[in-house]
Amino acid sequence: MAQAAEKTGKVKPGPKSASGKSTSGRSASGKPAGARSGAGKGLTLEQLQHAYHDMLLIRRFEEKAGQLYGMGLIGGFCHLYIGQEAVVVGMQMAVEEGDEVITSYRDHGHMLATGMEPRGVMAELTGRAGGYSRGKGGSMHMFSRERNFFGGHGIVGGQVSLGIGLAFSNKYRGSDRVSLTYFGEGASNQGQVFESFNLAALMKLPVVFIIENNKYGMGTSVDRASASRDLSQNGSPWGIPGMVVDGMDVGAVKAAGDIAVAHCRAGKGPYLLEVKTYRYRGHSMSDPAKYRTREEVQAMRSQHDCIEAARHQLEALGVTEAEFKAIDDAVKAVIQDAADFAQASPEPDPGELYTDVMLEG
Amino acid sequence: MATQILMPALSPTMTEGKLSRWLKKVGEPVKAGDIIAEIETDKATMEVEAVDEGVISSLLVPEGTEGVAVNTPIAELNGTGQVAAPATVPAAKAPAPAAAAPEPRPAAPAAVEPDKEWGATTPITVREALRDAMAAEMRRDKDVFLIGEEVAQYQGAYKISQGLLDEFGAERVIDTPITEHGFTGMAVGAALNGLRPIVEFMTFNFSMQAIDQIINSAAKTLYMSGGQMGCPIVFRGPNGAASRVGAQHSQCYASWYAHCPGLKVVAPWSAADAKGLLRAAIRDPNPVIFLENEILYGQTFDCPTDPDFILPIGRAKIERAGEHVTIVGFSISVGTAMKAAEILAEQGISAEVINLRSLRPLDIGTIVASVKKTNRLVTVEEGWPFAGIGAEIAMQIMENCFDYLDAPPVRVHGVDVPMPYAHNLEKLALPLPEWVVDAVRKIV
Repeated sequence: MAQAAEKTGKVKPGPKSASGKSTSGRSASGKPAGARSGAGKGLTLEQLQHAYHDMLLIRRFEEKAGQLYGMGLIGGFCHLYIGQEAVVVGMQMAVEEGDEVITSYRDHGHMLATGMEPRGVMAELTGRAGGYSRGKGGSMHMFSRERNFFGGHGIVGGQVSLGIGLAFSNKYRGSDRVSLTYFGEGASNQGQVFESFNLAALMKLPVVFIIENNKYGMGTSVDRASASRDLSQNGSPWGIPGMVVDGMDVGAVKAAGDIAVAHCRAGKGPYLLEVKTYRYRGHSMSDPAKYRTREEVQAMRSQHDCIEAARHQLEALGVTEAEFKAIDDAVKAVIQDAADFAQASPEPDPGELYTDVMLEG
Repeated sequence: MATQILMPALSPTMTEGKLSRWLKKVGEPVKAGDIIAEIETDKATMEVEAVDEGVISSLLVPEGTEGVAVNTPIAELNGTGQVAAPATVPAAKAPAPAAAAPEPRPAAPAAVEPDKEWGATTPITVREALRDAMAAEMRRDKDVFLIGEEVAQYQGAYKISQGLLDEFGAERVIDTPITEHGFTGMAVGAALNGLRPIVEFMTFNFSMQAIDQIINSAAKTLYMSGGQMGCPIVFRGPNGAASRVGAQHSQCYASWYAHCPGLKVVAPWSAADAKGLLRAAIRDPNPVIFLENEILYGQTFDCPTDPDFILPIGRAKIERAGEHVTIVGFSISVGTAMKAAEILAEQGISAEVINLRSLRPLDIGTIVASVKKTNRLVTVEEGWPFAGIGAEIAMQIMENCFDYLDAPPVRVHGVDVPMPYAHNLEKLALPLPEWVVDAVRKIV
């Protein structure tokens, strides 16, 4: 078991890291950022089971969403998270109730990971009254005040300055809450992202910037879009410590998240994680993904899949086939229930067209 | 249990496609994620992945078939008894068009109620009124804070925030770097999380750097979240032309922001407007665009001294009663209209001057009531004419009281060019009282 965890449970060193140790967290001055070695080893059986369940839930949810899209029940843009599940599940294991989460339009996984109901998310995808936004937001625009999930944003990079605003409000109120602000490597080139790095560092805001580097901003590979070769160091001009993380390994993500969140909670300002991940599907449902080879995708799926890796670790810990089947069946039932609900829920009342434009006052 | 595989929709607009190639044969096992076919749409060739597990029992559509409609069964799987896709094609969705809901709008323009009487007044400048309003609201609610460039240590680029840093400290009066996009987004994020930011733009010209956050985040999130995420925030600063600062610093954004549902847009003229409306804007649970005017900052007006003085957003004010023509203005144009009314009075024409105060919501009821009395309308604004506030008011008057008009409405507006720098040219570009007099003389 220890070997399996070792194999998949380490934080990969950043390209610029000279140490070659299992963490590369360091500030702009090159000092270590308080990392601990062997980070991914720390998952207990219970945590690994939880992670496996949540990752599987997201994957099955997204497969079902893709299927409903194909049937014409989901319209418009629909960006699936398949392949990237370990990122949000690992990060969510590093935060506490009350910490805020905000992300881009590839957001279904984040919602499920924060504890939002699959029924409500799926019904929003089908544009029904039972959806989180009562059918008025869609795939890219869902929110939950209760779960501290702040969307769901469709303008690339827009959520990053909103995310530092969540952190600002925490600091203003003197709370120790931390804002997890997710964006893709494509968004990392947006001007307001750098403005946000500056503001967050200047004001020492408790925000973890999480770059989900899935290698392609729509069809443009990161090498063709960013002159920066180490996105984890994109915050270094502002002294924001950064770390490269293996995003196909939920234990590694959780370990890196622990470090980043503790840094923020201690009042030391922002932290940047570049999480290397991969999306198996196209950018959106209508993307034929001709900019990469089938072999590249297959290699990631067969050799680096986060759910398979967690499964192997659990097997090594003695989890039986019957136990896996119980988890799989439970997840499938939840997803089928969500899909049924999302089709049975009525379309919003026509009167909903005019509600929620303004608050009374 | 047999499962049908349906022709998938692979883009938001796809209704049919060509089944160009099968990658699985009858009898072959299929796992979720396996590529089973290639489909050509009008845009691209796409691969179809299996969602369910099983063995292909039949291929219902031969490869090469064109025009296969979305949701047509194309193959069958003999499943493993696991949860599978619905075996039937979903019925065509909601064929009956939903009855269009009536747009909620005031059925008839409401009768105008008089302003509440606030008692004693004292002369103060618009600048003092704005500062006093912010100070009063910051004392009242600790969630209110001011953020912007030079608002704290410099005391405000136009000295609107004079003294606020001393009273409220650096935690609540916050200097920012010159990064409108970033700090506006940050303030919107803070508002979504329940704080009540006042964002000062040094001038509204710079708000264009941040307009994505103002429209896409502040104005739309309440709707997109089904009513969960309100955004109580004020964006304020000088708007429109100042004096010889050139094209990039001399633009009116009234029509830009008033165009957008989800925003309130306020444009005060007098010190009382400034104080009463800014207090209301700060208390409002919605995003409010608060358009000030640099030329007005130093002008003095009588303002109520009552510490509770506040004005409702969405109510226009009749600044001068008259009989022969209705002149509608906002912000600095109210002053232009008032001067024109004086000149017209000397010529025997009695003009009614309406100070809009609020552009969204627009108090069309007050304008309609006035036009029904005077039967003539002139609008005044410093902004450009195309799709401007005057155009909107003229249209709404036609919709509400066309039969009362004795003449076509006339617009007085800034000249349709970027603002020139030269002293004489700038004067030629902005409405003067004489332009309003001429416009009135055309229709009275």
